Amino acid sequence: MSRALFTESTALYDIPGPKTQRRHLMYGIASTVLLLGLVGWVVYLLFHTDQFTAAKWTPFQYKGIQELLLRGLANTLKAFAYAAVLSLALGALLAVGRLSEHRPLRWIAGLCVEFFRAMPVLVMIFFIFVALKVQPLPALVAGLTLYNGSVLAEVFRTGVNSVDRGQREAAYALGMRKTQVMTHVLVPQAVRAMLPTIISQLVVALKDTSLGYLITYEEFLHAGKLIASNLDYDLPFIPVVLVISPIYIGMCMLLSWFANWVARRQRRNPKTEAVDIGPAEAGTLLPGGRQ
Amino acid sequence: MNVLTDNFALYGKGFLGTVELTVYASLLALVLGFLMASCRVSPVGSFRALGTAWVTVLRNTPLTLLFFAVLLGLPRFGLVLPFQLFAVLALGCYTSAFICEALRSGINTVPLGQGEAARSLGMTFGQTLTTVVLPQAFRSVIPPVGSTLIALAKNSAIAGAFSVTELLGTYKTLNELGYSVIWSFVWIALGYLIITLTISALFHALEKRWGVAR
Repeated sequence: MSRALFTESTALYDIPGPKTQRRHLMYGIASTVLLLGLVGWVVYLLFHTDQFTAAKWTPFQYKGIQELLLRGLANTLKAFAYAAVLSLALGALLAVGRLSEHRPLRWIAGLCVEFFRAMPVLVMIFFIFVALKVQPLPALVAGLTLYNGSVLAEVFRTGVNSVDRGQREAAYALGMRKTQVMTHVLVPQAVRAMLPTIISQLVVALKDTSLGYLITYEEFLHAGKLIASNLDYDLPFIPVVLVISPIYIGMCMLLSWFANWVARRQRRNPKTEAVDIGPAEAGTLLPGGRQ
Repeated sequence: MNVLTDNFALYGKGFLGTVELTVYASLLALVLGFLMASCRVSPVGSFRALGTAWVTVLRNTPLTLLFFAVLLGLPRFGLVLPFQLFAVLALGCYTSAFICEALRSGINTVPLGQGEAARSLGMTFGQTLTTVVLPQAFRSVIPPVGSTLIALAKNSAIAGAFSVTELLGTYKTLNELGYSVIWSFVWIALGYLIITLTISALFHALEKRWGVAR
């Protein structure tokens, strides 16, 4: 695989000759051995501190515990679903405001977007939860919606603005009104091009649902904490982390991978010729709007 | 309204805690991110695999889960450090994945011909790297690194919820003292705005001085 990748030079290296290739292979083997040693040491440490005793792993066989974890997972996904739908709606609304022809509307939408992007999500969630005395789930969803909605509004706006200028001009020349230009010409192309970025922003929302743990929303991490602090099973904290994190990280990876897949597909799509495809990376979070 | 004047010491302590956390975690993230970026562009396969794995896993880990695992998990291995240090570790490692990607895409913006020209002039690898490739990459890397560090400052709020001295954590004490919750949050929000706007201004200045003229 390494040979296939390096049949051409990069800005940093020439094509390696036979001697260099041998040297690289040696480095590769040495570092692999070192890394495996490190992994082995961690596994030894896990065994040494009795993390794999039966007492710590039996709870996962119990139906009640499994149901507790599944309920937590369902709550996480529920919060994510609400937050995703609502932030897409809010993002669309704010983007419409920012692209409006009326200055006050543009101003208000711009102010909202900049403020909510500059605030830490957790501060907003805590504010809604503590100061406004809202239940955990609505507080979490509201905080996530405000933040991700503002970021998505910027994504939508950049998308619409990045559609080739000729498209807009041609549509106006045909006598379309602004609403028609938007709904029939610009938005369909912009959304296709921005789909990867939108999905990656949803990954951020999915990751941030774990903040619900901090406001005692009974989500996945919370369920894990309940099991981990159980004295009957000898405080199985490490086993809980070993079970929970692959599931969490796997879900996010799946969604990230989907974003990348969409990006690859859209690049070949003739319907997005007039726009640059947005990168499948979470939008930047800079206040002050540097576009 | 007198929440701020009455509790200036408390707010100051929280503010400094956030700044400290941000600075140390930024340094760790920059160093680790640089290391991982060099792994990701290296010609040795296993280094590349390590860099890719590091980035993929950490970018898809919820930060709360990482805090949960590091702050409550590492002590189980007999590694007892102050919470502040654990928080710096978690935040720094998490952000290093994003810094790594920013640096890597910066290196990728340097045209192939630049490196080839440098090599055909007889420059060694070190010379090519330090006098040709990195100076150019550095210019295009300033804005994304800036936004990553702003995200880091905002993420440091999570540390406050894990009982590290930090700006967001001050609301609890104020709440117990019976002050208006809304106003205490207004001042907390202002504190965060000061920090993020400072970083933003810093990177604006850096970009004006060194950025790519477009």
